[in-house]
Amino acid sequence: MIATEPAFVPAGSRRSGIPWGYAVMVAVGLAAPFLVYPVFAMNVLCLALFASAFNLLLGYSGLLSFGHAAFLGAAGYVTLETIRRWGLPVELAILVGTVVAALLGMLFGVLAIRRSGIYFAMITLGFAQVVYFLVLQMPWTGGEDGLQGVARGKLLGIVSLQGNLAMYYFVYAVFLAGFWIIHRTIHSPFGHVLRAIRENEPRAISLGYDVDRYKLLAFVISAALSGLAGSMKALVFQSATLTDVHWHRSGAVVLMTLLGGMGTPMGPSVGALLVTALENYLASYGSWVAVLTGCVFIICVLAFRRGIVGELGALVRRSF
Amino acid sequence: MPDDVVLETRKLTKEFHGFVAVNGVDLRIRRGAIHALIGPNGAGKTTVFNLLTRFLPATSGTVIYRGEDITQLRPAAVARRGLVRSFQISAVFPKLTVLENVRVALLRGLGTSFHFWRGQKSLGVLDGRALELLAAVDLDAYAHTITVELPYGRKRALELATTLALEPEVLLLDEPTAGMGREDVGLVVALIQKISAGRTILMVEHNLPVVADLCDTITVLARGSVLAEGNYAEVSRDPAVLEAYIGAEP
Repeated sequence: MIATEPAFVPAGSRRSGIPWGYAVMVAVGLAAPFLVYPVFAMNVLCLALFASAFNLLLGYSGLLSFGHAAFLGAAGYVTLETIRRWGLPVELAILVGTVVAALLGMLFGVLAIRRSGIYFAMITLGFAQVVYFLVLQMPWTGGEDGLQGVARGKLLGIVSLQGNLAMYYFVYAVFLAGFWIIHRTIHSPFGHVLRAIRENEPRAISLGYDVDRYKLLAFVISAALSGLAGSMKALVFQSATLTDVHWHRSGAVVLMTLLGGMGTPMGPSVGALLVTALENYLASYGSWVAVLTGCVFIICVLAFRRGIVGELGALVRRSF
Repeated sequence: MPDDVVLETRKLTKEFHGFVAVNGVDLRIRRGAIHALIGPNGAGKTTVFNLLTRFLPATSGTVIYRGEDITQLRPAAVARRGLVRSFQISAVFPKLTVLENVRVALLRGLGTSFHFWRGQKSLGVLDGRALELLAAVDLDAYAHTITVELPYGRKRALELATTLALEPEVLLLDEPTAGMGREDVGLVVALIQKISAGRTILMVEHNLPVVADLCDTITVLARGSVLAEGNYAEVSRDPAVLEAYIGAEP
């Protein structure tokens, strides 16, 4: 592969650590269901995809959305409802959930992207609250109970997903595909323009880029992948609940991304693993979980602002 | 050829909540000229730039570029027509490499800037041209440096290379030598002279020796209005200009 690269491109001194990171990720992912409880691992993968999609926006476009739970949650409800009511095949139901999230993202985006910074965050939060309210009030969503006990069905009509191991590898494959799409997007011509916009928006405009359109596309891709994560998550738990449309979830994804390392490819996944593990193992302490994750967040922001993966990357760069 | 005007404003006016920053400015920029816009602080020079490039909407008046009324266009659309601006503070993409900075500008011509599925290697075709542009401003040795690490004068040179990548017909330079040491000023002046071939340049500049060296026509703005216009010798003798710069009795 290297031979096809132009001669003056450096041999990737800045990127040398990353293939190892990917290799470790793939290996850990393959082994995970034998090391930990598969449902926990699936939950981590779904949230890792969610956080990675969020990172595409925050880390690579510089847009802080505070309403991403709406895409995650709404897609979950839609996926389960299409299975329950219309008996849609699993793959199709996931696709419908993803498309609905993308359309929702388009709607949020068109209206929010004219503003930046805190105003952008507030508008997305406002929209997400509207979605939360709709989910709570609409007749088909089950209100406080959510949608419960929907069968996972069969993948392509052949492979039963009722078993956790089969389901795990399905989730894992979807995660890798989503992760690959994000990776591809970041390194595409489009991603190049996105980074330029993040770095210096007025300059990007003065070079002739209609920056709002680029931001909108990034927002829609991010929303669609968040929806994909939400569809998978609902399928894993066979339920869709208000937790996933609640603004707490929008906050948690910010936490995961910053903790793991915003603007690093692996950071959000590491953050998702940590936050989910914390929530899981501290569950017996009840509402103290929130206090503890809050403390972790404060320590993270004060002590290692680049996040875990960001700091590790800097450490590797310094020592070689 | 006095009639060969590439950029023109008619009664260009901008008010901010009752304060008139630019007041009925008529400018005529001839094709191929290096035209300076000077004036005391707060005269409205940068606001005029913002109005020309649509970074700010004008309150009234029109901007005509190559015979077309561009007063209502979006800023990016103005740039795509070849009227490209620089900024007072250096306008680079700090965390991108020097080469990537130029590539961002070239990428637009490729027509793949929305292709999020296409690989990075598809950008490789731009590297030759990008290096050429960098060589023109003596930055080719820095192609893979992260831009934030460049000294200030080099950043301004990179900015020029990036702007030139768009093949602009008219360049608007906002204080190209601001905050520079003397050697850097010399470098930038030489650069501007070099790139002015076949282009029109309108620049805001405080450094009067630079203006005297470079510019064919000088427009003096004060309090949002045109005070005087002419070549350096004419303008520098104009009593109204002297008064605006040195200050006179009320």
